[in-house]
This record gives sequence, structure tokens and C-alpha cells, in this order.
Amino acid sequence: MEALDIFATASLWSAVLRIATPLIFGTLGALICERAGVLNLGIEGIMTLGAMVAWMTVYQGGNLWMGLLVAALCGGLFGLLHALLTVPLGLSQHVTGLGITLFASSLTYYVYRLSLPVTSSPPTIEPFQPLAIPGLSDIPFFGEAFFTQTAPTYLALFAVLLTAYLLARTPLGLAIRMTGENPHAVEAQGLNPVRIRIGAIVAGSALMALGGAFLTTATFNSFFPTMVQGRGWVCIALVVFASWRPGKALLGALLFALFDAYQLRLQHVIESAIPYQLFLMVPYVLSIVALVVMSRRAKVPQALMAPYRKGER
Amino acid sequence: MRLERRTQSSLALLLAAPVIAIVIALALSGGLIALAGVNPLDAYAAMVKGAFGSRLSISETLTRTTPLILTGLAAAVAFRARLWNIGGEGQLYAGALVAAWLGHNMAAGLPTPLAIILIMLAGMLAGALLLLGPVLLRLRLGVDEVVTTLILNFIVLLFVSMMIEGPLKDPLAFGWPQSVPVDSDVMLPKLLSRSRLHIGLIIAILAAFVIWIVQSRTVFGMETKAAGLNTRAASFAGIKLGRTLLGVACISGGMAGLAGAIEVTGLKGYVTLDLSPGYGYSGIVVAMLAALHPVGVVITALFVAIVFVGADAMSRALGVPSFIADVIVSISLLTMLVSLLFTTYRVRR
Amino acid sequence: MNRETVLELAHISKHFGKLIANDDISLTLGKGELLALLGENGAGKTTLMNVLFGHYTADGGQVSAFGEILPPGKPRAAIEAGIGMVHQHFTLAGNLTVLDNVMIGTERLGLLRSGRKQAAAKLRGLSERFGLQVEPYAFVADLSVGEKQRVEILKALYRDARILILDEPTAVLTQIEAEQLFQTLRGMTDTGLSVIFISHKLAEVMAASDRVVILRGGRTVAEKRTSDTNRAELAELMVGRRVVRPVRTDQAPGRNILSAGKVDIVEDGRKLLDGIDFTVRAGEILGIIGVSGNGQAALGQLTCGLRGADTGTLVYDGNQANGFSPRMLVTSGTGRIPEDRNTEGAIAEMAIWENAVLERIHEKRFSAYGFVNRARCRDYATELIDRFDIRGAAPDTRTGLLSGGNMQKMILGRNLAASPKLIIANQPTRGLDEGAIAAVHAELLAARKDGAAILLISEDLDEVLALSDTIQAIFKGRLSAPLSAEDADSRTVGLMMAGIWETSHAA
Repeated sequence: MEALDIFATASLWSAVLRIATPLIFGTLGALICERAGVLNLGIEGIMTLGAMVAWMTVYQGGNLWMGLLVAALCGGLFGLLHALLTVPLGLSQHVTGLGITLFASSLTYYVYRLSLPVTSSPPTIEPFQPLAIPGLSDIPFFGEAFFTQTAPTYLALFAVLLTAYLLARTPLGLAIRMTGENPHAVEAQGLNPVRIRIGAIVAGSALMALGGAFLTTATFNSFFPTMVQGRGWVCIALVVFASWRPGKALLGALLFALFDAYQLRLQHVIESAIPYQLFLMVPYVLSIVALVVMSRRAKVPQALMAPYRKGER
Repeated sequence: MRLERRTQSSLALLLAAPVIAIVIALALSGGLIALAGVNPLDAYAAMVKGAFGSRLSISETLTRTTPLILTGLAAAVAFRARLWNIGGEGQLYAGALVAAWLGHNMAAGLPTPLAIILIMLAGMLAGALLLLGPVLLRLRLGVDEVVTTLILNFIVLLFVSMMIEGPLKDPLAFGWPQSVPVDSDVMLPKLLSRSRLHIGLIIAILAAFVIWIVQSRTVFGMETKAAGLNTRAASFAGIKLGRTLLGVACISGGMAGLAGAIEVTGLKGYVTLDLSPGYGYSGIVVAMLAALHPVGVVITALFVAIVFVGADAMSRALGVPSFIADVIVSISLLTMLVSLLFTTYRVRR
Repeated sequence: MNRETVLELAHISKHFGKLIANDDISLTLGKGELLALLGENGAGKTTLMNVLFGHYTADGGQVSAFGEILPPGKPRAAIEAGIGMVHQHFTLAGNLTVLDNVMIGTERLGLLRSGRKQAAAKLRGLSERFGLQVEPYAFVADLSVGEKQRVEILKALYRDARILILDEPTAVLTQIEAEQLFQTLRGMTDTGLSVIFISHKLAEVMAASDRVVILRGGRTVAEKRTSDTNRAELAELMVGRRVVRPVRTDQAPGRNILSAGKVDIVEDGRKLLDGIDFTVRAGEILGIIGVSGNGQAALGQLTCGLRGADTGTLVYDGNQANGFSPRMLVTSGTGRIPEDRNTEGAIAEMAIWENAVLERIHEKRFSAYGFVNRARCRDYATELIDRFDIRGAAPDTRTGLLSGGNMQKMILGRNLAASPKLIIANQPTRGLDEGAIAAVHAELLAARKDGAAILLISEDLDEVLALSDTIQAIFKGRLSAPLSAEDADSRTVGLMMAGIWETSHAA
């Protein structure tokens, strides 16, 4: 098989959607937070947490959807912590976010280790199975590539539509956008920007946790430390790449996943002297490239990272 | 209820902040220890004993303190200038790799002290260079350095993995991915016989004092402080923001790189992928707990080292997962942020 | 005639730390009335209106609108009671459309779909009815200052405001735009709306209001029917004591110190400065007058060394270049008073001594071999504090604790101490009270007497007329031809500020 033939395999495209799913959830989550004016660097830890609690819920006998729900709730809870520290208290969003990541991931490992004794191979669960969409999945090639995914992948795509509609077409979306642009304008019109920011961070963090949960309930079937592998940071870069727009975020996540899926297959095709680490670097290098390319073009929310304190002059 | 700025924040308040933060963090973590079925007080007693109970444990704690001082300085220097260098981990590995490579190839010719100094400088240079990229991207294109430095950590780790499985692989390591060893001549002298403690600790403490003097007594220190507090006023006063930021980046990246070089030449003798248990990230906590004061960093690094060394011992004795150390450290970062806020603000009804 | 009372403020008090901003203030507003709230900077006008609107919670007193007491600290309640507020610093989002900015907060947040079409129609209707033309789908960032103000007023009208509060509405308008605004406001009061506008400009208060309430030092000092009072009386009530602004004396100018020739500054394809020419001579004050946002910021940056000219040249005391660095300017004897003392002039978190020496820290007396000589820096700060009467300050005081006037004295002091040959004074009295203004004017005139060339960039017509030997107006990045002080009166200069010189030029 030649390097270009890979693009003609349905399994590549099917993998693209699978790899993209956690990125879509994470990027949407980060995007909602940032649209309201708050950078959430807790993402890496929240994804780790989501991965573990979803897995643990299922391992303890809950069903898969219950796992996702518990992950979202826990993610929302850590989002609330980030929100309380950065919004009413106005602490540095950078440092607080990192603190949340360190806290969420160390707590995750601690609880995981506490619940399960050390074993040589991590215990497994029965993950989400691919769901063939009747009719569409029968289309040759496309059916296998795009319409035979696990349920959470469809959920992620639906979340993109929902977020896009919410931001552009509803009063709540306008309030979120306005809070990210100028919280004083929101307050002057009788809404409470503090509550809007807190709400957006909680919701965004819940989505991030779903991204993590996808890893243990669909991509893999077990939890192991460091499994999120910087995906959260990639999502933060993707938000910039997407110019803070949900549609472009989907595009960015898919593009990313395409590179990632392709390099995995390319490694098998060209058995050359190229070290595998170079392939693994690709997504990270790409996210930096994405940041550089978009750095000058995007309309950044004007109040991003600016704390808002009522009545302060 | 709302926050109101204090007109004066007293020194006592500033000194109390980390103490209060740590006490609260220990109390909260105590709840988690209790979940493991262990009395938190017993656990903390075991930790203190594990960190200070014997000559060996004291030397271990101090050995751990060394890289934490340096990565703490890396974060403290950068954050003071509002340069969000989160890439300490990657910079540490860059310094370590360069030190291993030089240390392996430099046995011949040079007198030992000179060789050691050269290796230290090379490690610093490697760390500094790694940070210059993100800083230049921020200065030229406005790319947020948080994300770039974070992501570089992953790239550097993959690069190190590539090197120690490739060109720098130790052929005598039975296939384990580890780098070629540093020549024993250029290993740092021990500070205490029959222990792992080496003079790196002295170097780190010296570095803290030098940085303190630079920050508080020099024109460069004054200009970076101004640039960190208010970029518009600083450039109005004629301070070249780009240049001060690059200077800060050199010191910050240099300290992290030095941490790596010292770990390799002082302790391990070669590079592996578990050279650092997250010293780069813990450095951020160390710096924040010290409220970014370079001399304070020495003390807070000691605290974090106590937690890590103590937790290992406590974990062996009482069966509480040693991840509790990371939990304590990360909670104390968050509580410190809050208590720092209350040194400059007060709550008003 | 007795109007029906629509709004009543009773015994409002509000303090910030030690500062008492409002002290037992009461006032009423009648239906269809145009009330002016007059007071100099720091008198407590804005604080009072922010309490009324619920941005601040008062320490004491209450607000009632149409007979109902408003809950404190709730802008939403104020809006629902029919109060609309136009802030001095617009509360608009530039990246969003006019419609977005108007609609925010008008619909229930739980609503699944925003009624944008109907809203746009309602907005169009309102803008026609009140003569406030704006395009609903335009991005706010692309609007002029005057249009932005219209959006702010429309925001209030869209929510059926019956009481409109405007904070310093003419600060950013030309004289003509200001007159139009008051016409619009008068049209509104004729239909039964009530309006309060905050101002410190006597002329517009006399011309436009029905009644005037004068605040001073956080208290109500008087309340007058506009028809029963006059400018002189209002001035005295507003300031409370007779502050005599110093007077310029005739003096022959010396050699050319700074001149600009055909200077352009371009940003994103827009000319911020467009072929400007000017010359300042020793012992002369050149006043650049203009409404905010016409290129003053770029002119300030150019002359303070923060950016160079894209085309054209500057000549400073014989040296020709397209720009100078701040360090070069400072060492060659230039005093630079920045437009915004809080964000550019001083670093609030640093000590006074640090701010005093920051721009000249490289001088031998303050540092050697890269090390700061702290003792000398502190001595210098002490000298400035004594000589320029900076109150409430010691060398180690945090600069942010100084009042506006004292901070400006510190900035003036560090610039004037070295007897500069050139002074760039960009809005030197903005936000200061009458006493502080007089002090700043006195210092500038003293420097002029000592032979300094002074470039005064200001939006305050009275200030420019009082201080300048020569006046040039700035409008859309262009400078008018110089007008000597003898030929200048407020009418002529007012027209120049609206760019009228250009048409007369062409004719």
C-alpha cells in the first residue's frame, strides 16, 4: 500500500471521527468558557477526571450512559471551582486553570489508586459499540466511514450544532457572547455577568469531561494515568484556530484527527528509519502551527481573561 | 458582599498567607486520607518522619529540594514579568539531555571544574533557547505562550525518547531506554558522604539569592517589574518590552535547564523518561507559594520536597496512595491563590 | 408650574474607603424636565447616578421612581422601572452588531429563539421617531463616536425608558453634534420623557437645562431654575471658592524647538495622522485643540517617542528624524505628560520613588553598572514631593494611593524638575478639580516663562484659549493652519474643531 492509498480506506475516515470526538467535546467546552470571557486551562485535568469517573461508574456496574452523565457532573463541579475562583474572586485565569488541572488529575489518580489495587494490566469494561445508522450506513464506503460510529460521536456532532445555534440564535447565547466582549454592557442592561460566566464555565467543563469520558468508554476500555496526553492543550489551541466559532472548531478537530489517523497508518506503511516519535509529535507541532497561522486573524473576545468586579472603578 | 482593595498589605499578612494556605490544604487532603481508612494525623506524622526521621531521609529531602528550587525560580521569575512559562518540564529535559551528551563526551582534556561549569552553562542555554521560541512567537505574532510552552513539553519528551532510543542510547543498558552515562569525572561533588546529596543544592540556593539581588537592586530588575505590572506605562518610560521579556525568558528557561543538568550530573548520571516526576509543574506551585519571591522559593521548595518524600514513606508504611502528595501540593496552589488575594483585598459587606 | 415627580433620590450616601463620594444627597426630577447635574470632577455626580441605576449600592438613602422604591444594587430593577442610563464610557461590544447591543437583556434567557426580525423593526421605528439614525446590522466597532452614543440612547429607548440619564454626554462630541444632541433630548422631554444630564460645562448647562442641581465635594450645594441663574453664579457654586486660573503674559518666542513636516501615521490602512505640520518655539505654548478621537492619541505617541512617522519628518532642536525614542527624548530634556496618567503615566503598584526615576533610571545619578542607587532615588523623590507639594506621599508610598491631582503633580514634577526645553502635555488637566487645574496651569506657564517650548494637546477649549500662544485644531487626523491667540475666540475655534476650516480653505 502506498502512502496516498491510505486516504482511500474507509477505516481511516472512520478513525478520524473517532479520534476527533474527544477533541470536539473539549474544544466546544473551552470555546463556551472563552466566549464568556474565561480561559479554562483546567481542561487537561477535567478530561482526565472525566475519563476516570466514567470508567469507574461503568466498572462499578453502572451503564455507559450513566458513566457519561457522572463524568459530566464531576466536570461541571470542577468547572464550578474554577469559576468561583476566577469570576467572583477574579484570580489569574492562567494560574488557577493550571491549579485545577493539577488538582483534578492528582485527585483522579489518587481515587483510582485508592479504589483499585495495583495490577499489572488495568481492568477493562465493555465500551460503546459502533452504531450503524439504518440506511445511511449501507452506502458503500461512506457508510462505513461516517455512519458506523459509537453513540457519543453522534452526540458530539449534535453538540456542535446545538452550541452554534445557542450562541448565534438565542438570548442566552447573546448574553454569553456579550459577557465575553464587555461584561459592563451586560450589567448595564440588567443581567448578571458573574452568573453568566459561572454558568458558561460549568457547562463548558461538563463538555470537557465528556471528551475525557469518551476515551475510556469508547476509544479504549480501561483507564490509565496520563491517558489524556495533552489533548486538553490541543483543544485550547483549536479554539484559537477556530476563531471561537463552533463550526470551525468541528472542522479543526476533524483536520487534526485526520493528521493523527493518517500518521498512525503511515507508520505501518513506510517501514523506514524514521523514528516513531516523530510521528507522535505531529499533532503537537500542528497545534502550535495552528496557533501561529490564526494568531493575527481571529477576533478575540475582547474581555477574555479580564476579570470583572462589580462596582470597581 | 464584595472585595475592596486594602490600602496597605502588611508583611505579617504576606508571611501568613502561605502558612494559612498550607494548613487549609492539609486539612482538605486529610479528608481524602481518611477515605483510605487512615487517621490523617498519623499519616502526617508518618510523612514528617519519612522526610526528617533519619540522616538518610533528611538528605533525600534536600536532594529533592534542589530541582524544585530551580524550577520554582524558573516560574517565579517568569510570572513576575507576566510571562506564563509553563514549559519548565520540557526545559528541564532539554538541559538534562544536553548535560548527558556533553558529560559523556567531555571527559578528555578539560579540567573537571571547568567541564562542570561548561555543562551547567550548556544546560541553561538549552532551557533558555527552548523558551525563546514561544516568547518570540508572542512578541512577533501575539501567540499565547501558555499553550505553546505546554505543548512543547510533550514535543520535548518525545524528542528525548527519540534520542535515548537512538543516537544517545546507552548500549550497555540491556535495551532499557536510557541515555549514555555522564563521565564520572564531571559528576557534581557530593555534599554529604554516604548520601545522594550533592552540591547542586548550594548552586540552587545561590541562584535564588543572585536572582533576588537582580530583581531588587538592578535596573534590569526594576524594568522587568515595571513591564510586568503595566506594559503601557513601562513602554512610555522607554523600557523595551521585548528585550526585557527575552531577558526574563533567558533566566527562566535557564533555571529550568539548569535543574535538568544538575539532576543528571548530580544524581542520576544519565537521562531517562522518568528523570523528573513533574518538577516543572511543581515549580509553579513552589513559586506561587513563595508569592514569587526568589528567596521564599527556597523555603517553599523544601516544603514541597517534604510532602513528596514524606508521602512516599508514608505510603509504604500506611498504604495511602502516594498520589496524595500531588493532591496536597495542587490544593495548596489553589488555597495559596485565594490567600494571596486576601493580602491585597478584604471582604466588605 | 408644578410637574409630576417621576424620580426621587432621598438622602443618598456612598463612600469608597475613606473617600466620601456622596453625602446625604437628595433630589427630584419632574415629568418632561431636563435637569442638569453640575459639578466639577470628583464632586460625586457619576457616583450618584451609578447609585441611582444600581451599579453601586448606597450606604444610606433610597431611590424611588414613579412612586415605587427601587431595591438597591439592581440595575435590572432600575431598567424595569423605566430608567435608562448612557454611560460616559460606552458599555458597548465592538465585535457585535448594533442590534445585538440593543437586544442584550431584553429577552428572557430561557427563550429558545431570539426575535431578531421584530427587534430590528422596532429599533428602526425608534431611530426614525427620535431622529437617531443607525444601521441595526452594522458592527459597533465600525461606528463613529457620535453613532455609538446614539446606540446607547436607543438601548434605553428600546426598553421604554421614561427617565434618561446621560453621564457627560458631550465629552466626546463636537459643538455641532452636542447642539444636535440637546435638540434630540429636548424633543424627548416634549413627549413626556424626563432627562438628567451630568456636566461640568457651564455653557451647555445654561443653554439646555430647565433646572440645575449643583454638587460639590459629594454634597448638594444649590438647586436653581436655569432661568433664574447665570454662568458666574453657577461657576462660583460649583467650585465653592474663588479659584483664579493663572493668566498668560506676553512674551516673545525663541528658536524652533520641535517641528513636524508632512507627517503621516498609518494603521491598518487608516491614516491616524494625515500630513500634519506644526512648529513649537522656545517660550511658546502651541495648543492642539480637538474633540477626542481625532488623532490626538497618535500625535501624543509620536511626540512622546512611542512611535515614528510613517512618512514625513520631525525636527527636534536641529536633529532631523522620523521619530525619537523615549530615552533619547528624556535625556535631551523633554518633559512628557501622558494622556492617561493611570495607565501610562505611573505604575500604581510601584512606589513613588520608582515612578519618579523610572524613565531616567539609566542616568548616572540613579544607577551605576546596572545597579540602582536607591538612596539617591529616594532623595530625588523626596525633593519632588517637597517642591511640587505632592500631598499624602512619602518616597515609599504606593503610587496608586495618590489622588488624581497629586499623581499628576508627581508626573509634572518628574518632568519639570530638570527644566526641560520641550514639554509635551497631553490632556494635562483631564479629570482634575479646579484647584488642581490652576496648579497645573501655573506650572506650565512658569515653564514657558523659563523658555520651554510646550506642545499642549487638549480637548478643553477654555484651557487651550487661556494657555496657548498659537492654536491649531485637529480633525480626522489633519491639523488646521496655526491661529494666533489674538485672533482666537471660542466661536471660531469651536468651528475649527468641527473641521470647518477645511471647507473654507477649499472655497
